[in-house]
Amino acid sequence: MTPTRARVVRTVVLGTLALTSLAACRRKPTPTPTPSGPTAEELARADSIAKANADRARADSIAARERAVRDSIAAANRTRDEALAAARAALTAPVYFDYDAAAIRDDSREQLEAKIPLLTANPGIRIRIAGHTDERGSDEYNLALGQRRAASVKAFLSERGVDAGRVEIVSFGKERPTCEGQDESCFSRNRRAEFELTAGGESLTVPR
Amino acid sequence: MSADRCPTGARPGTPDARPLRAAPLRVSRTLPLLVAVAALAAAPLVLRACADAQPPARPGAPTDTLPAGVSVRLDYDPRVRPGVAVLPVAGQHGDSVRAILQRDLDYGDRVTVLTGKAADAPALPGGRVSYDLAKTLGALAVVEARLTSGGIRVTLHDVANRRVLAARDLPVTGLPLSAQWRLSIHAAADETERWITGVRGIAATRVLFVRERRVWMVDADGENARPVSDGGALSPAWAPGGDLFVHAVLDDAGRQRIVARSIATGTSRTLASGGTTNITPVVAPDGQTVVYAHGEETGTDLFAVPMAGGASRRVTVGRGTDNVSPSFSPDGRRLAFASGRSGHPEVYIADADGTGAELLTDFDFGERNYRSNPDWSPDGRVVAFQSLTNGQFQVMTLSLRDRTVKRHTDAGRNEDPSFAPDSRHVVFTSTRTGVPQLFVLDTETGRTRQLTTGGSSRMAAWSPPLVGAPAAGAPR
Repeated sequence: MTPTRARVVRTVVLGTLALTSLAACRRKPTPTPTPSGPTAEELARADSIAKANADRARADSIAARERAVRDSIAAANRTRDEALAAARAALTAPVYFDYDAAAIRDDSREQLEAKIPLLTANPGIRIRIAGHTDERGSDEYNLALGQRRAASVKAFLSERGVDAGRVEIVSFGKERPTCEGQDESCFSRNRRAEFELTAGGESLTVPR
Repeated sequence: MSADRCPTGARPGTPDARPLRAAPLRVSRTLPLLVAVAALAAAPLVLRACADAQPPARPGAPTDTLPAGVSVRLDYDPRVRPGVAVLPVAGQHGDSVRAILQRDLDYGDRVTVLTGKAADAPALPGGRVSYDLAKTLGALAVVEARLTSGGIRVTLHDVANRRVLAARDLPVTGLPLSAQWRLSIHAAADETERWITGVRGIAATRVLFVRERRVWMVDADGENARPVSDGGALSPAWAPGGDLFVHAVLDDAGRQRIVARSIATGTSRTLASGGTTNITPVVAPDGQTVVYAHGEETGTDLFAVPMAGGASRRVTVGRGTDNVSPSFSPDGRRLAFASGRSGHPEVYIADADGTGAELLTDFDFGERNYRSNPDWSPDGRVVAFQSLTNGQFQVMTLSLRDRTVKRHTDAGRNEDPSFAPDSRHVVFTSTRTGVPQLFVLDTETGRTRQLTTGGSSRMAAWSPPLVGAPAAGAPR
């Protein structure tokens, strides 16, 4: 509580006491020999009550402000963590391919383009692109097809300004499937390029 | 011996008057030992002369690459396969020896092995053989075997002529019933088959394959399957001496390299690494060079590196296409390989320096083609491969002489064929039982047997003969 406020409170208290005593006088003229205003003792007590109240009010206000600051910091951190997680997810999101093909599909372009500002804002990041195939086709020829897919993604990125020296490509062919089904839904999930941050992924600058 | 003794081809419908094709090896009791030795020495010359009597290759087709000195596989009519009785083998492990000999001759698909009581019958007390009983039971040859100290004595009886055709002491090494001991018995079976049919058997061989990311090895009869490499291994291939093999390694980060591994010591060394792709290595027939598929970013091509180590040099110029799975012709002068240069995988043949590539699988089944994983037969006549047929891979062979194509499988997915040293049997991977397993196919009769069981098995490579043929010498 500010000093001004404390004075106001004290004045109000004193005034209230004064009015109360006047009211007492008006009601009945009594021959009681009481003093006309608050005693020094009552004044002191009123002061200390007012001070205590003021202190408490001030403490509450400080606590509330500190809480508000903490909350806004936590909220900001959550937002930043979410932004970081979102950035990492965007960087490592796989893209998918048509059967026996390595060309970048239309539905993959947006995902790949989303990686570029993150790569630009974080020049320390290095990534490894791994090409995979579905389980049809020759085991060995699929290793070459996986390379073709990873190379296709790397070319897409480097054409858009990502330094080729930061991008390593590998192929797993059909050797690391994410599912084992014999149906197109599994095949299509296996025809993919995966992304791994091999350096600089600990702290990311998220561009606005 | 004159060329008119050369078998020039099957004569359908002609009953086989001389079922034992070992005529060039006939040993007459009345001639001195020296003549017998001379006859044996002359046998390879006769067979080479037979090779020269082959009909000329079709103009424009790749020339036949049959190397000199290799036995010509004798044609015969499977309907009159000679019956063979393997007599009971006395002594400890005699039952195992007999079972191995019987199974090996059966798996060779060139003779019909008598089983059960029929096989016991021709053995008379006192160690004699009843030719009359054998003949009645349909056996044209009777095999006697006896374990000696450090070896096995095998005697082959010619039933029609009522006499011993050949007998030999062959070495047996290793503890009884061990893999090494079994290999010795298999070699005895192979030699016996050569006496009977003129063609050496393939029992004393092994097959490398991939299971659970390691290279494994299994005997040709399916026994003793065991891992022989570290993890991450793919695509094993034998060196021609059978003492080491090459394979690719794909590690957990996706990096790939080619290594050579000694079978005896288990030590391995890296032959090629770097770039993105290093797969499908094969060893040239002279054992000096390893050809493999290498890719950086734009396509995958065949490269060659010395087996002794050193720099790699480019073989194919694929211009951004994928070229994998090389297979040498037996004379080392040409390579078959799979290439996507036409837009989809097909099998091509080029010179060993990569020039002159031409399409081998120049046929159409009316669907988008996918042909890959070629394997050139050891006699140079045939290339086996897999071809997408009605949506499934099947094992095919293409004759280089007349470009005829033959399909050998139909149920399930069948792929990645590898020839046995006899150029007749092929090991391949099939999903017909659910889990991919290795099967052995006789390309002549179509008979198929399962080689592996248990965990998933694929990428098979059939070894060269692992036990040398015994030197020519006195058989009696």
